[in-house]
Amino acid sequence: MRTLTAHEVTTGTALPPSSVELTPTMVISTALATMDFTPVHHDTALARAQGSKDIFLNILTTMGLVERYVTDWAGPAAVIGGINVRLGVPAYAGDRLSFEGTVVSDADGRFTVEVRGRVSLGDHATGTVTLTLPAGRAG
Amino acid sequence: MTREDRIHEELRELAAKQVALGEVRGVPAADPVNVPMIRHWLAAMGDANPVYLDQGLAPPAMAQVWTMQGLRTGARGRSPVDDMMTALDAGGYTGVVATNCEQTYHRYVRVGERLTAATRFTDLAGPKRTALGVGYFATWNITWYVEDDEPVAEMLFRVLKFRPAERPAERPAEPSPEPSRREPYPLRPATNQDTAFFWEGTKRGELRIQSCADCGELRHPPGPLCPRCRSADRTHTLATGTGTLYSYVVHHHPPVPGREAPFVVGVVELPEGVRIVGNVVDCPIEEVTIGMPLRVTYRSMDDRLVLPMWTPGEA
Repeated sequence: MRTLTAHEVTTGTALPPSSVELTPTMVISTALATMDFTPVHHDTALARAQGSKDIFLNILTTMGLVERYVTDWAGPAAVIGGINVRLGVPAYAGDRLSFEGTVVSDADGRFTVEVRGRVSLGDHATGTVTLTLPAGRAG
Repeated sequence: MTREDRIHEELRELAAKQVALGEVRGVPAADPVNVPMIRHWLAAMGDANPVYLDQGLAPPAMAQVWTMQGLRTGARGRSPVDDMMTALDAGGYTGVVATNCEQTYHRYVRVGERLTAATRFTDLAGPKRTALGVGYFATWNITWYVEDDEPVAEMLFRVLKFRPAERPAERPAEPSPEPSRREPYPLRPATNQDTAFFWEGTKRGELRIQSCADCGELRHPPGPLCPRCRSADRTHTLATGTGTLYSYVVHHHPPVPGREAPFVVGVVELPEGVRIVGNVVDCPIEEVTIGMPLRVTYRSMDDRLVLPMWTPGEA
């Protein structure tokens, strides 16, 4: 995996779109890997009894997937400084979470990427990720 | 002072008290930052970034994971948020949905470091009308420290605590001649012994208004007692299905499952003398005006639910 350098990225740079299949295994394994045992993230019958369509992603996972989307593009030497997310519709098992992103600011190797994660019901998570990239060599 | 005013006053007073508590330290994480939990997290997320395991660093978005209680009970001190949530539940604001999560990472934490979370309750705003019901927005901040009191990550977290406008009822499985192919509409109306007649009516294309079996007074939404003579005997009458728009809002945000914003939510005055809430459809939003004549239309939302909505009608 190669890391982008600050010279290769500028305001307006688009991230390649990417998507995650939200299988029940994905929803449950990420909930447990984030130590979140709330039943709506692993118990389908209970989630439905509470009015949800199915089990759904927990927020700690949404944060993790937003981070992964940006570092998959930026590379391992990128340093994430923050993730701000506005939460929208639930991401249910059986759906697909599709990410798109654009670099919206660029100052001395510190970048802000606007990220949007959508599912079939609409925006699941919208927000920004800030990161720094190594300077690299010009030319 | 009404009961609602009292609840609001109590919530405001408690919020001020919780804010005044300042930052409240939790107990240190059960485990220090460790490779097995990082490896498990990376695998579950499908994150192939090698930097974490190569350099013994935790993915920054794992910050909160380290201090999660997991299945251990009583392993965590009480935070200033807990009392606020309990009071909101007691006030009837039992629904909860997170709206914002903002994390800042001062540095990546290393394997072996043990985190402690400290919580500050920062704000309670409301009551506000939202698509989910009336509710309060509660905001708090968490800072994660390593042993030597160095802050390594911070988070602002906001939730909406709301009074569920509609409660999905447990219902017996209805015999269905054919397997259902339509995606179920995610929002279900509250159906109980007071309201079942109304929803039976919409399935038949009837707009039913509850009436008192003793004095004949009409009432909507349906309820168990006549507000005029207090009789519990009730029946219903059929509305003609016309009305005028008494008031409305255009809903833009937040997103509502199964609906595409913007949409119009109207209060419709019926010639029978009651008002009813419903969507105004088949009309450009900029042409919706108070006083416009409306006619009921029945929209099938999925295999089981028909909602009455309103379209422009003749004056």
